[in-house]
Amino acid sequence: MIKRKLVGTLGVIAIVAAACGGGASPKPSLDLPTSIGAGEGELNLVIWAGYAERGDIDPGYNWVGPFETASGCKVTVTEMTDSSNGVSLMQSGQYDGISASGDATTRLIAGGTVAAVNVDILPNYANVFAGLKDLPHNTVDGVHYGVPHGRGPNLLMYNTDVITTPPTSWDPVWEDGSMYNGKISIYDSSIYIADAALHLMTKQPDLGIKNPYQLNDAQFEAAVKLLEQQRDNGANYWGSYSDQVAQYAAGDMVVGTSWQFQVNLMQAEGQPIAGVLPDEGSTGWSDTWMIAKDAKNPNCMYKWMDHMMSAEANGQATVWFGEAPTSQQACDYAETLSPGHCELTHADDEAYYDKIWYWSTPQADCADTDAATTCKDQDAWVEAWTQIRGA
Amino acid sequence: MTAPITPGASPRPRAGIARRAAIWLFPRRGIQLRLLLATPLGWLVIAYLGSLVVLLLNAFWAKDAFTGNVEPFAWTLDAFNSLFRNEVYRTVALRTIGMAALVTMTDVLLAFPIAYYMSRIASPRVRNALVIAVLMPLWAAYLVKVYAWRTVLQGNGLLDWILEPLGLKGPGLTEISNTWLVLSYLWLPYMILPVYAGLERIPKSLLEASADLGGRAGMTFRRVILPLVFPALVAGSIFTFSLTLGDYITPDLVSDAKFIGNVIYDNSSLGNLPLAAAYSMLPIGIMTIYLLIARRLGAFESL
Repeated sequence: MIKRKLVGTLGVIAIVAAACGGGASPKPSLDLPTSIGAGEGELNLVIWAGYAERGDIDPGYNWVGPFETASGCKVTVTEMTDSSNGVSLMQSGQYDGISASGDATTRLIAGGTVAAVNVDILPNYANVFAGLKDLPHNTVDGVHYGVPHGRGPNLLMYNTDVITTPPTSWDPVWEDGSMYNGKISIYDSSIYIADAALHLMTKQPDLGIKNPYQLNDAQFEAAVKLLEQQRDNGANYWGSYSDQVAQYAAGDMVVGTSWQFQVNLMQAEGQPIAGVLPDEGSTGWSDTWMIAKDAKNPNCMYKWMDHMMSAEANGQATVWFGEAPTSQQACDYAETLSPGHCELTHADDEAYYDKIWYWSTPQADCADTDAATTCKDQDAWVEAWTQIRGA
Repeated sequence: MTAPITPGASPRPRAGIARRAAIWLFPRRGIQLRLLLATPLGWLVIAYLGSLVVLLLNAFWAKDAFTGNVEPFAWTLDAFNSLFRNEVYRTVALRTIGMAALVTMTDVLLAFPIAYYMSRIASPRVRNALVIAVLMPLWAAYLVKVYAWRTVLQGNGLLDWILEPLGLKGPGLTEISNTWLVLSYLWLPYMILPVYAGLERIPKSLLEASADLGGRAGMTFRRVILPLVFPALVAGSIFTFSLTLGDYITPDLVSDAKFIGNVIYDNSSLGNLPLAAAYSMLPIGIMTIYLLIARRLGAFESL
C-alpha cells in the first residue's frame, strides 16, 4: 500500500516535471514520498568507477553485498567516463540513480531527468556535515535533489622514481618544452579546460578569470591555446582509470592529472607513485546520489541513498576512492580502515575546500545574477575539446 | 485432441477460417510470395531502416546546450553549421579516409601473394590448411584480437622485449601507425578470400595461352591476371575500406588519434546526438559513392 502510494506520488512528480519540461526549469514539487516502501528487487545505477564495490578487488571493501542482503535489491552498475556521459546515460531512462558530480547535477535537475528527494525519510541524512547540505549543486529553491557521497580534489600524480622532489605546482604538465614530453597524462574530458583556466588564474591574472568554469571568449581562447600547446608537448589522454594505471605502471606516463583512487590503487600494488595537491589549488568534485525522475525502482534507490550515507558504507567507499567522508560517523568508521583518513582528506575542513573548484557546468549566462550571455556554454566546451583532441 | 481415433472413419475437414484462407491463397502464387516475404521485409524496413531514419532525423533537431535534451521536431541546421564552421571535422574526415585507403592498399599488397599461392601453387592439402588458417582469426572475437595487439604494442610489452637488445623501443599505445597496423591485420582475411576466389576462377588455359603467345610472367600478370582479378580486389576493398571507415574501437584502444567513428561516438555518448547524427551522414555518403563505383567496376559479381 505504501509502495503504491510512493509510486503514485512519484508519478505525479513525473507528470509535473514532464509538463514543465522542454527548456523551462521544473517547478519545485513538494509532493514527495513520505516513507520508503518495500524494495523492488533490483537497482540500476550509473556510477563513477570505484563507487560500488562488492569486495572483488579487496574483500575488506564491500558495501554492495551487505546492501543487497539487507534490502533485497540486486545492484547493477554502469560506469560513466565523464559527467556528460553520465547525463547522457541518465537521459536514456534506463537507470534508477546516479552518483553525479556538480557539472552533471545542475544539468540533470534543469532537464527534469532527476526527481526531488525527501531527505526527511532518510535517517542517515541528519548526520551529514552541514557544510555539504543545501549547496547549489544539490539543492534548488530549497528543494533537495540528492544526498552527498563524498568530495575531493583532482591530484597531480607522478612517478617518484623519476620525479624525486614532490612537485608543488601544476607546472610540470603545462610548461612549454617540459622535460616530461610525451609522458604527461591528461583526463580526456571537456571539463579539463577548467584546469587550464585555473592555471591561467595564477599565471595570467590580467585575463581576469574569476571562475574557471565560466569563461568569456578571450579567457576561453587562452585556455584552449594552452591546451593545444600541452597536446603538442606530447600529452596523452586517459578516458578510463584503468588505462591510466596501465600506462603509469608501464612507465609510459610520468606525471599528470588523476584521482586519489588511482594513486591508492597503484600504491597498494607497491608502485612508485604519489599524488599531491599543488599550491595553486585544483579542480575537484563533490558527488551526489540522485534518483531518476521515472525510476523503476524508487524504493531501492531511496534505500541505497540512505545506505551510502551510513557510517560503514560511506566510510568504506570514501577510503576506497580516497575522498572525504560526508559525516562524523563515517569519518570515525573510516579511521578504523585507514587511520588519519579524515585529516588527509580534510573531511570537514571548509577552508581547505575553498581552494578546490568543484566541477560545475559552463553556462552561457556565466551562472551569475545578471542575464547577459557572455560565457562559453557546455556545447562550446565539448566542441573545443573535440578540436583539441581531433586536430 | 482427446477424441479417440477410429480407424477407417476419417473426420470431415472443418471449413475453418484457416482452411478457407488456404483455399483462397492456393492459386494466387504472387500473394503467397508477398505474405511470405512480409515478415522479413517488415523487419528490415521498420527495425533497421526505421531506426536509422530516426537517428538521422536527429541531425535536424535542436538541442538545449545546458540540459543536453534533444528537442524533437524543432527543426534547425545548427549541427551542420558547426560541422562546416569547425575545421577539425574536416581534418578528422580526411584522416579517416586516408587511413581507410592506406589499410586497403596494405591489405591488397599482403593478400595478393597469399591468395595467389593458395589458388595456383599450393597442393590441395596445403590449400585447405591455408583457407582454415585465414578463416581462423575470424572465429576469434574482435576485441580479443585488439587487446592481444595492445599487449604486443604497449610499454614493456612483447615488442619492447624483442626490440630491447637492439636498443630500440616499441611505439607505445599512442601512435597513429598502430591503428594502421592493427586494422590491416584485422581486415586482411576479408581481402584474401575474395581475391582467392577471383584467382581460382581464372582458367588455367588463359595463362597458357598468354605464355604461348610469348607473354612473360610480368606481362601475363599485367594483361591477363590483374584485369581478371580486379573486380575481386574491388570487392575485397569494399570490406577493408568500409570497416576502417566505421571503426572507432581500435583507434581508441591502440592509439590516441581521433577518427570519424570516435567523433560520432564521443558526441553521442556525451549527449550531442544532433551533431553525431549529422556527422554520421558523411561515412554513409562516402560508402554510397564507393559502392556505386564498385558496382560499375563489376565488384558485385565477384562477391
